[in-house]
Amino acid sequence: MNTNAWPLWEVFVRSSRGLSHVHAGSLHAPDAAMALRNARDLYTRRNEGVSIWVVPADAISSSDPDSKGSFFESPQGKDYRHATYYTKSEGVKHL
Amino acid sequence: MASQNLQSVPPELSPDEREREQAGQAYFDRIISEDSRIEPRDWMPEAYRKTLLRQISQHAHSEIIGMQPEANWITRAPSLKRKAILMAKVQDEAGHGLYLYSAAETLGQSRDKMMDDLIAGKARYSSIFNYPAISWADMGAIGWLVDGAAICNQVPLCRASYGPYGRAMVRICKEESFHQRQGFEILLELSNGTEAQKQMAQDAVNRWYAPALMMFGPPDDDSPNSKQSMAWNIKRFSNDELRSRFVGMMVEQVKVLGLTLPDDQVRFNEETKKWEHGPLDWNEFKDVLAGRGPCNAQRLERRREAHDDGAWVREAAAEYARKQAEKEYAA
Amino acid sequence: MTAPENAAETDFAIEGHGDISVGVSGAGASGDGSASATRITPGNALRPEDIALEIRRGQVKPNEDIGEYALRLGDDALILAQRLGHWISRAPELEEDVALGNIALDQLGHARSFLTYAGAAWGKSEDDLAYFRREHEFRSAHLFEQPNGDFAVTIARQFIVSHYQFELYKRLSGSADETLAAIAAKALKEVDYHRDHSAQWVLRLAGGTEESRRRMVRAFKLVWPYVDELFEDDSLTERLAESNTGVLPSSLRAEFDQLTGEILAEAGLEQELNLAGIPQSLGGGRRGKHSEHLGYLLAEMQVLAREHPGASW
Repeated sequence: MNTNAWPLWEVFVRSSRGLSHVHAGSLHAPDAAMALRNARDLYTRRNEGVSIWVVPADAISSSDPDSKGSFFESPQGKDYRHATYYTKSEGVKHL
Repeated sequence: MASQNLQSVPPELSPDEREREQAGQAYFDRIISEDSRIEPRDWMPEAYRKTLLRQISQHAHSEIIGMQPEANWITRAPSLKRKAILMAKVQDEAGHGLYLYSAAETLGQSRDKMMDDLIAGKARYSSIFNYPAISWADMGAIGWLVDGAAICNQVPLCRASYGPYGRAMVRICKEESFHQRQGFEILLELSNGTEAQKQMAQDAVNRWYAPALMMFGPPDDDSPNSKQSMAWNIKRFSNDELRSRFVGMMVEQVKVLGLTLPDDQVRFNEETKKWEHGPLDWNEFKDVLAGRGPCNAQRLERRREAHDDGAWVREAAAEYARKQAEKEYAA
Repeated sequence: MTAPENAAETDFAIEGHGDISVGVSGAGASGDGSASATRITPGNALRPEDIALEIRRGQVKPNEDIGEYALRLGDDALILAQRLGHWISRAPELEEDVALGNIALDQLGHARSFLTYAGAAWGKSEDDLAYFRREHEFRSAHLFEQPNGDFAVTIARQFIVSHYQFELYKRLSGSADETLAAIAAKALKEVDYHRDHSAQWVLRLAGGTEESRRRMVRAFKLVWPYVDELFEDDSLTERLAESNTGVLPSSLRAEFDQLTGEILAEAGLEQELNLAGIPQSLGGGRRGKHSEHLGYLLAEMQVLAREHPGASW
């Protein structure tokens, strides 16, 4: 492994004020300051953003893909968490 | 398209591992049959990973090597507006290479390694970039024909089953929308210009037409990997299918240009409902692929030179980052 | 889960490419539906085409002094853009190909605006000026003509240029000439970024490895002789400064020295460079006296256009 290889960064772009930052892609940079600048140059060449986050790719923890069944099972079937579950009140104004 | 047990489970695993592999395979097969997306940390068959890695890295290399024939004309562009457009286009290609390398990296291969393979001549890239861009009209023909063919290939790839690849392609297709148009307009302007300009345009179309058709890859009956890629939902249409669609589009567009395609056998086959074209020289294609094109050596050398000349810069930035991190740690 | 969320959006007809508005809107979105990292817009900044339109409509017309002044600024930016454009596909890392490409495009944009405006003084287009003037008719300063050299030389040149241009455009954006002011205001924001980009690299190259430091020092020694020329006044700039249309170059020097000095000090280069001891070249670019480099640069830039005089591209 070449120790001079620049680390990988994940880039998140806010496309306009009021919206969340959304993952745009990744890039290589020697440090955070350059990662931000590279992200600006690479991911906002067409006015795609008003704000950028960069995160070292290895700093991201993610859920285990092998356990996706159990990890995301619980909310399935709990339709009472959604307004559409409550049908009797349908048609009542301002509700 | 369902794909069941495309990859048999390797036999030398322990019972536990075997069970996990089988569960992984079943999950993978379900995702593919539902036409959903595989994401980086999902289990995937080794052959799927390898196929994708090969395809995405080749695609990335093509963007990077593909910068060269056009960069060749940035300093000589005949108007400042064209200079700006060309510069933006070649720069976009660097960006597209970057998006694709990132997608490939999610499969566990570092960009450094991919770059090393490219420079060592171990990796492939689109063969068409081994032809020289000898006139300004080539900027038009490359945009219109080469980018046109690339877009035909790429639009269906936006739905490739591997998530990061599909997402990179969405971004690339959006950005490339101007590439083909600017090429078309260069040719249109030349075609409507002086006799010398029109000749320049026709000559460029003559030279780039066949190589552009060959960008879709060998004919279906000579394309061993295509079937598997289609079963995996990486590829959505066969090489010949895409080539035929492309010819159909070019036939109409070339009329608007007031130029001709160097192929008198283009016709619409009423029976198959497909566009057909004259024979292509697949021997030449294989020659160029094997390194015997007019510019193979030149293109690789140029990439190698940029990489080598930049080594001290990359090293300096990495060293600076290390020192800064140490300082922060000490403080 | 049946179909992926994006399938519908990305499944646009193959015939439909070529238009950014076709089908891909919303693709790549996640979380809130309207957030997208690929939503693109052309923006609404001043473009050279807008200036050309105002000229055609007779809304603006510079006098010869202002034309000559715009020519200087346009030539500086044009020659630099031509130099920087050469880096695309040759930079030390792909990310830097893109970064230098952006700077080159910014400079080319400024050049086109200034030259379009300058041309109006003599009924010429930006391309007439760029492609059909001879060497001695160019008004660029020597610094802009200096070859790219290695990455350190390009960075040193950019560092000086962007700090100079920043001060210049900051002042010029208050010009009584509205077109000059508008071009400068647009350019100011862009060169502010160029300033930052080059400063970041000066710090990294100076503070990186022994080799990078050696190259950075050598690079500054190579290009610093062309600094004084940037700040030379002459009768034209004096007249324009008086009418508050142009900027007196010498009036920018103090801030330039201070801001570049701060970065060079942070990079620990001040003593080693001993800038005060570097002899300054006589210059003469504003009077059409150029370096040996310009001839080659123009030969390459103009060759195709001159092969087809009067042609449209």
